[in-house]
Amino acid sequence: MASEQTHSGNPRVDIEYRKKKSAEEMRYQIVSFSMMIFLTFVAFIAVGYGDFSAWFIVPFILLLAVVQVVFQLYYFMHMSHKGHEAPALFLYSGLLVGLITILAFMTIIWW
Amino acid sequence: MHVEDKFTAETWPAAPEKQTLEGKNKFLGFWLFLGGETVLFASLFATYLALKDKVPNAEHALAKDLFELPLVFVATMLLLTSSLTSVYAMYHMKNFNFKKMQLWLGLTVLLGFAFLLLEIYEFNHYVHEYHHTFTSSAFGSAFYTLVGFHGGHVAFGLLWIVTLMVRNAKRGLDLYNAPKFYVASLYWHFIDVVWVFIFTVVYLMGMVG
Repeated sequence: MASEQTHSGNPRVDIEYRKKKSAEEMRYQIVSFSMMIFLTFVAFIAVGYGDFSAWFIVPFILLLAVVQVVFQLYYFMHMSHKGHEAPALFLYSGLLVGLITILAFMTIIWW
Repeated sequence: MHVEDKFTAETWPAAPEKQTLEGKNKFLGFWLFLGGETVLFASLFATYLALKDKVPNAEHALAKDLFELPLVFVATMLLLTSSLTSVYAMYHMKNFNFKKMQLWLGLTVLLGFAFLLLEIYEFNHYVHEYHHTFTSSAFGSAFYTLVGFHGGHVAFGLLWIVTLMVRNAKRGLDLYNAPKFYVASLYWHFIDVVWVFIFTVVYLMGMVG
């Protein structure tokens, strides 16, 4: 998206183009924010008012959290832009190690 | 382009945070740091999940006795909104509007500060009403380490953003400080990413039992 410099040679044209790109990106971010608020509401209502079993609700709210974090990472933190291959590698490597740690602590360690 | 160059809205590059070598290095190094932070918080989550509700006797409060959803909900909304205000700040940074960037960063700081005050109130409440302290049980230690570490990140993020705002108040935007603002906003979003898992795993799953 709006991550690359434009070279039309005319600064006025460039700035118009860039402002349009920025505004377009802002729209995506507003949509992301609305989705994040919505997902948060659903999670709180499901736990606060819903009459569901723990077997359903735990995976359900974890899924909502993952979706919300994807919005945050890809739109708010611009991971959907070009040039984020290394950040993605770092983040997913960290996540892999982290998930293995969580799995280990919850299965191998018990009291 | 050089760090000391003066810019106008017309000459300001589309990706100012990555125009200089220093900016590129900051961007890459900071994401590596966030990868490390992911491991750090995951291990704290792992510890919390292993030690949740592990208390020495029945007199100690458990997760479902402690947590109150309205307070957590308000805290979540504050932090989520502060994530949006820092998106606005970066929008104005890219459009070379220094004043509006400072304004939205200021709003981000206010929301983050309100979040921190709520958390202090919450911890104070647990300690005095429920005698749920860092040393009262394994559950207490794991809870305060995880949530407290996140709160510490919020406090550090606030100091960081305020320092940037004050230090650059008279300088305006250039390629020297654009990567600094960009990276600070990434940090702030990451704090919100961690909070999403805290409100889900600690508070909501704590209420479910």
